[in-house]
Amino acid sequence: MTERIDLEPEQSTGGPLVQEPLWRIRLRLARRSFGRNWKMFVANKIGLIGLGIIVLFALLGILHPILMSRVWDPAIYDPVQGYDAPVAEYTVVAEVQDPASEMDLATARLMQNPFVEEGDIVTIPQQPAPPSKGHWLGTDPLGRDILSQLMYSTRAAFAMGAIAAFMSVLIATTVGSVAAYYGGWIDNVLMRFADLILLVPLIPVLIVVGALFNLTLPLLGMLIGVLSGFGGTAIVLKSSALGVSVKPFVDAARVAGGSNRHIILRHIVPNVLPLSFLYMMFTVTEAIALEATLSFLGLMNVQMSWGIMIFTAHSQGYLLSGTHYWWLLFPAGLAVTMLAAAFFLVGRGMDEVINPRLRVR
Amino acid sequence: MLKLFIFISKRSVQMLLLFVIFLTVLFFLLEAQPGDLSQQYIGNPDIPPEEKARLAARLGLDMPLFSRYLAYMKNFFTGNLGNSLSQYPTPVTKLIFDALPRTIVLFLSATLLAYYLGFVTGKVLAWRRGKMSEYLLTLGGVGLYTVFYPWFALLMIWTFGFTLSNVTGIRVFPINKFIDVSDWLGSPFTTNQVFLRMILVAVLSMLVAAVATVIAKQRLEIRQAIRVRNIAFLLGVVFPFIYFFFSAMGKYALDILHHTLLPVMTLALVAFAGIMLLTRSAMLETLREDYILTARAKGLPEKVIRDRHAARNALLPVVTSLVLALAFVIGGGIITETVFSWPGVGLLLYNAVILEDIPLAMGGLSVIAALALIGHLVADILYAYLDPRIRY
Repeated sequence: MTERIDLEPEQSTGGPLVQEPLWRIRLRLARRSFGRNWKMFVANKIGLIGLGIIVLFALLGILHPILMSRVWDPAIYDPVQGYDAPVAEYTVVAEVQDPASEMDLATARLMQNPFVEEGDIVTIPQQPAPPSKGHWLGTDPLGRDILSQLMYSTRAAFAMGAIAAFMSVLIATTVGSVAAYYGGWIDNVLMRFADLILLVPLIPVLIVVGALFNLTLPLLGMLIGVLSGFGGTAIVLKSSALGVSVKPFVDAARVAGGSNRHIILRHIVPNVLPLSFLYMMFTVTEAIALEATLSFLGLMNVQMSWGIMIFTAHSQGYLLSGTHYWWLLFPAGLAVTMLAAAFFLVGRGMDEVINPRLRVR
Repeated sequence: MLKLFIFISKRSVQMLLLFVIFLTVLFFLLEAQPGDLSQQYIGNPDIPPEEKARLAARLGLDMPLFSRYLAYMKNFFTGNLGNSLSQYPTPVTKLIFDALPRTIVLFLSATLLAYYLGFVTGKVLAWRRGKMSEYLLTLGGVGLYTVFYPWFALLMIWTFGFTLSNVTGIRVFPINKFIDVSDWLGSPFTTNQVFLRMILVAVLSMLVAAVATVIAKQRLEIRQAIRVRNIAFLLGVVFPFIYFFFSAMGKYALDILHHTLLPVMTLALVAFAGIMLLTRSAMLETLREDYILTARAKGLPEKVIRDRHAARNALLPVVTSLVLALAFVIGGGIITETVFSWPGVGLLLYNAVILEDIPLAMGGLSVIAALALIGHLVADILYAYLDPRIRY
């Protein structure tokens, strides 16, 4: 064995000035900048309102499986297969004075049995039933609990939004960075393709795709993510990445011998990522609205979603009853609107943090 | 002027190329679909294999992929979109061209209305930054912008078509459809005859008003020119009513107009919110510019600074967004047509999809895409006209 030269004393005198490991410094920096940005985000009320609504919906979504397994009887509360029809009692009379508790003979004979006489009490199962203790938001025309449907659909909306968001960030960041960094024909081809996707309206395309293929939630999420990531978002990110790629640190990295992949992944992508997250929020807004629209049109292969809830109420003819059957139309419509608006508001709030031109001076 | 012309022709060629790519994608989408038209009888034991092969040969499905693609392209550009399966044997082109004017009128009037109102509200909104009314209007705008559109349209029908009529006792707005069929029994005209005449008269009278304004602006001084403009546009709006009052079509034209109002209003209201929010942020950026400060220092009235200095420059990004608004209006238009049973291309597309009428669905989608591209081209030209920097 050869004798080892001990280098330890040498290093401790002339070693690195900072003893802390690199990751801890990075973490501290990240936390500090997060804290600063968070303060700016909070100062702008709009984003905070959006975040509050999102958290509320997330809680609803998390609560549903717990309620289903612990509290609610699946035979009654299952969003798709449950059935419950609260019974209302009516006294059969000659002339109806109070429609809530009385019924005339002809109707009673039609609805109950032909041998009913005046003065009898008939019991009629109600479907859709108004809100009651058992069903806080009533039941739908098929006797299913609206609140359960609403909570169940929340999970689907979040899952699809997450898929769409992930895909759009992945694709938009890649396409934008690559197009900006390489330029030339790569840039040209990618951007013309983005033009095409941006120009052709999404809804008719998705309607036709829905006719040709079996559209499931993950598939639709991926489709929306790809289309929005390759379209408008990619164009915005490309112009942002173009600004980054002419910065001195990119030149420095190239001089130091960094490969193209290294420069794109380590220098360009981290700098366009915030903007990418901002546009991700708008993608989620779009995804939620599109999913609801397509299921409203009956083109989605899903068992239950907010769009289907409205579709059910609409197709069974409860629309023009308006506020009388409010629980059929309003909870689902408001849920779609509010969740979509919440993501949009968070996007606006982030916009004011990322985009310094918008701040109030 | 030559530069503008070169720009326009360049953009047109680009658009055509994009459309060809779109058709290509559409064709391969159709190919990627599991099975084809000849296989719809595959489970039927009464049809012998030879007959199935004959069907495939008749539909051109035995050709290789590339020659099928060429045939598809050739057919499309010679105007042969095939026959509709749900309304056999009506050609797809006839169905689409019957529905096209209704769709274009819906899109165009909603877009124009939304743009005008959105721009005016947006600039006032930016001017009132920080006030309570700004917060409320912005929140309302975001609400309208992200509202679940089919639901919103249903609520509009319920509020204005149903409840309003119930309360007032007269039919303020009809609930849906394009005409009242009972009023048209024994009518000497078809709906399209009346509708096309309406479009023609309205467009012509507006055109005359615009030409009069342009001439007045060149010949007269500014105050008189503005007066001429106001009178000309007032007459432009009133003239079609006078024309149809004396025309035999009057009764029918009024019926169509009556049915047009609510769908256009609904679509415009939703598109309006986006334009308003956009104008607001564009205005906020322009308000930072130095020339606004200069204008203030000169002591110009607030209204002049807002309308002449800030709003004019804020208009540019708003016009650019016409593309995005167009996609929005087209998507919203299809839902409007479906919810209101408005017999345009969108409803045609939806019904085709529901009935699995693939030729009609493909034709409808291509026409809608072509409309979007043409709209985009118009926006480009408008932009180049407004901002000379683009042309060079």
